[in-house]
Amino acid sequence: MALSDQIKNKMEAIRYQFPTEQALLIPLLHAIQKERGWISKEAMVESAEFLHLPLAKVQEVVTFYTMFNQEPVGKVHLQLCTNISCWLNGSEKLLHCLEKRLNVGCGETTKDGNYTLSEVECLCACGTAPVLQVNDEYYENLSEVKLTQLMDELDAKLKTSEGNVIGKYVDSYPRGPKA
Amino acid sequence: MSAINFPNENRIITKHLEKPDTHLIGHYESVDGYVAAKRVLNEMSGDGVVDEVKKSNLRGRGGAGFPTGMKWSFMPKDPKDAKGNPKPKYLVCNADEGEPGTFKDSLIMNRFPHMLIEGMIIAGHAIGSEVGYIYVRGEYVKEIISVEKAIDEARAKGYLGKDIFGIKGKNFDIFLYRGAGAYICGEETALLNSLEGKRGEPRLKPPFPAQVGAFGMPSCVNNVETFASVPFIIREGAAKFAAMGTEKAGGTRLFCVSGHVERPGVYELPINVNLLDLIEHCGGVRGGRALKAVIPGGASAPMLTASECNVAMDFDSLAKAGTMAGSGGVIVMDETVCIVEAASILLKFYEHESCGQCSQCREGSHWLARMFHRIENGGGTSADLDFISEICGNMAGQTICAFADAVTGPALSSIKKFRHEFEEHIRLGRCPHKHVLVAQQVEA
Ligand SMILES: Cc1cc2nc3c(=O)[nH]c(=O)nc-3n(C[C@H](O)[C@H](O)[C@H](O)COP(=O)(O)O)c2cc1C
Ligand code: FES
Repeated sequence: MALSDQIKNKMEAIRYQFPTEQALLIPLLHAIQKERGWISKEAMVESAEFLHLPLAKVQEVVTFYTMFNQEPVGKVHLQLCTNISCWLNGSEKLLHCLEKRLNVGCGETTKDGNYTLSEVECLCACGTAPVLQVNDEYYENLSEVKLTQLMDELDAKLKTSEGNVIGKYVDSYPRGPKA
Repeated sequence: MSAINFPNENRIITKHLEKPDTHLIGHYESVDGYVAAKRVLNEMSGDGVVDEVKKSNLRGRGGAGFPTGMKWSFMPKDPKDAKGNPKPKYLVCNADEGEPGTFKDSLIMNRFPHMLIEGMIIAGHAIGSEVGYIYVRGEYVKEIISVEKAIDEARAKGYLGKDIFGIKGKNFDIFLYRGAGAYICGEETALLNSLEGKRGEPRLKPPFPAQVGAFGMPSCVNNVETFASVPFIIREGAAKFAAMGTEKAGGTRLFCVSGHVERPGVYELPINVNLLDLIEHCGGVRGGRALKAVIPGGASAPMLTASECNVAMDFDSLAKAGTMAGSGGVIVMDETVCIVEAASILLKFYEHESCGQCSQCREGSHWLARMFHRIENGGGTSADLDFISEICGNMAGQTICAFADAVTGPALSSIKKFRHEFEEHIRLGRCPHKHVLVAQQVEA
């Protein structure tokens, strides 16, 4: 796979914002992950070529940042915060709930490829804890009842074409100046 | 304890919180938005702005509480490279909000993005910079979209870009950069590395960012709330801002209250509000339970016991109380909380987030997380407690950045102030609270 024209155009649109080419690396990786869902070895090679960087520079960045998935994830990535304020508000129970319902542990993907479950650190929405990030979207003030409702809704959506846009913002980073 | 006497109309940043559409430029301009920026660009010198900010006693809201005017005055006037060509200067906004318990920058970016932009325009003029970057944590997609829209609006009005506000030759633009999930990138030099497309590893200081910052150029890094406080200072005067706080710290703060209170959320109050009053202001401890402990300034701030909570929340008062005002994240814990488990959760966080550059921090945070986990699960020994202090002693002040110091905050304070709970875990060989919890569930 080569970098899509859409990604290349996005990069050209923001190139003027930075004095170095290397600064485009993280925006580029975000753009790739948005399109493909994860950052493969191949994607790293393509990124290195596109930005004229040694492959090692790309690899060390991909492995440093937790948001870059180094393996494919499910259609819906569930990231539950279990840090202090969420824990004080019952995130532990929610985690057990999800593990039981999906029959997976943290870091694992369901057999049907629908869900990946991860435990994450503070999402900085502690005032509305506990918080679950569903792809890009935060669901806050959760309880076991609300979580079950949410999961039922997601299950239903995944059976339709809506499943492909769950928690994904259309107008998202990176983008250049408005035409 | 007393009710807080601070009318909503005195708020600096969130004055119009209850109104809709505060994120739109139309609303912002209807409430004197961009008045300060216009005045600064037309009437004030850069030094004039720096003086005004110095007089306001504004101190950085990112964690360290460094005086903002002073930081701006460190920026070189006409930096030149080896060949004598002028160097660009960069203004950088730290919007990597990541300190557990903190969620105020999110509110500003979602609801008052123009206040941030105006603050940056003013700061850009003060330090003589034509380019600003806003580094937003990667998970904040909603905030990123909100700020991008506001930047578009400001550009369309001619407030950002070339010849801003119609002034020939006055250029200033802002670009947004999305982080990718690393708490350490909130540390300003790690942030600068990340902005350059590198691993977010902190840099040795000196040189400080004012000399060698983003892309090797002189740079100034401030927090979102710091910038958002600036338009008010210019518009209403430094004296008014200074009068709101203490002698050494002016203005209000956005306190983020979470955990066991009736009404968690962001509350803008005078910077030196009393902690017990603040808790009362949030409806008190949830369910009428007794207070056990408070972390007053984000996860890195040492805990206070209930009896230590009669304290003002400004930087100096909290420092005197042996903790810190940090990021303004106030985490409230009621009597049902197991402090050992709470500390263990915080240490797991630090273990996960250590960037791994310095061995004291990489190994230390790993060992601490394991030891707290072991004690919580009943496998600890009394020698562990002394060993923990020893590890902390080898971490604080021994590393490139202040992350290692941050780790010791919860580690040392929990043991010092709740030692009996640790000893009980060790004596019983289990967590006493886990039992209580099960019993409560059976009752319910
Ligand atoms: C481990 C660590 C994490 C930090 N995280 C943040 C953060 O998320 N946001 C922030 O504004 N400052 C953070 N800081 C503080 C910054 O290094 C820096 O002091 C601040 O952005 C300066 O802005 P101010 O002067 O306006 O406070 C952190 C510092 C350390 C050591
Ligand atoms: S602790 Fe979960 S969002 Fe902060």
